[in-house]
Amino acid sequence: MVELLVDLTLFFMLVTTAIAITYSRHLFGVVMMAGVFSLLSAMLLVSLDAVDVAFTEAAVGAGISSVLMLSTLTLTARIEKPSTRSPLIPLLVVTATGAAIIYGTLDMPSFGDPNSPAQLGAAAQYLANSPADMHIPNVVTVVLASYRGFDTLGEAAVVFTAGVGVLLLLSGLRRRRRRGDTDEKETS
Amino acid sequence: MFELDFILGHMNYWLFTVLMMIGLYNVVAKGNLIKKVVGLNLFQAAVFMFYISIGKVTGGTAPIFPTDMKIDPDVVYSNPLPHVLILTAIVVGIATTSLALALIVRIREEFDTIEEDEILEIETEMVRKENQACGDVMGGAT
Repeated sequence: MVELLVDLTLFFMLVTTAIAITYSRHLFGVVMMAGVFSLLSAMLLVSLDAVDVAFTEAAVGAGISSVLMLSTLTLTARIEKPSTRSPLIPLLVVTATGAAIIYGTLDMPSFGDPNSPAQLGAAAQYLANSPADMHIPNVVTVVLASYRGFDTLGEAAVVFTAGVGVLLLLSGLRRRRRRGDTDEKETS
Repeated sequence: MFELDFILGHMNYWLFTVLMMIGLYNVVAKGNLIKKVVGLNLFQAAVFMFYISIGKVTGGTAPIFPTDMKIDPDVVYSNPLPHVLILTAIVVGIATTSLALALIVRIREEFDTIEEDEILEIETEMVRKENQACGDVMGGAT
């Protein structure tokens, strides 16, 4: 009962933050709110027993992501201009998508059911075998680094590709800017 | 069908769906590109929580054994597999976010704005001028 109360409180804080993000037009505030959202979701993840994920979400979502967004803000704009389009069609799209997702959840096993299909497959084997196989207490670490090590290798490849992409996009930023400055001087 | 047990057992899916849809609304309705990326992150975080909630077992605890590895068979552990998958997804998410932000910086450099409407306007004007030039070259009526 207490757990339900905590979950609901956290959830309503999350919704309030998300709505504040939607309405605010000061992008600095929006980025800070996104950090708050990440920390709140990390708390909710702890109550869902996912401590490793909560740790990562707090470090990546509230830390690295905020830093990246703030550095983007310094290179671009701080204020969002008011939208000229009517919000009617987006609202319609969002409602339809939400209704479809909720319809899809109706035949899902209920929350916390120990006999749901998700608990009986590979996960049960990982939990049963990992103490004998690896002698490492944290099962999440075992699965991440050993049983599913190739997944993690793929993840590293994705991060590498994204890093190369960012470098290619931003390299020469300063050079182009300096060139632009001299162009202006020549024309004026 | 809609008894209290059913509602309590499925409520968390619906609540996370609401969060997802607020994020989706930001992506679809807002013209500012940074706001779109923030909306995408909200959507992502909501999906992560939805997915993790599938792995939760009632009365379970975090899937970490005691350090002396003396495992009490009565203790119920939550499902570690969704946690692993979402750990990967979080890192991939930050990679896509950083790529999107780098693209926004380049767009701002090229168009001097990060509002979708203004970018579209500039692009339409560019295409119009290009068509005009091509038409002139081919001797079309001005």
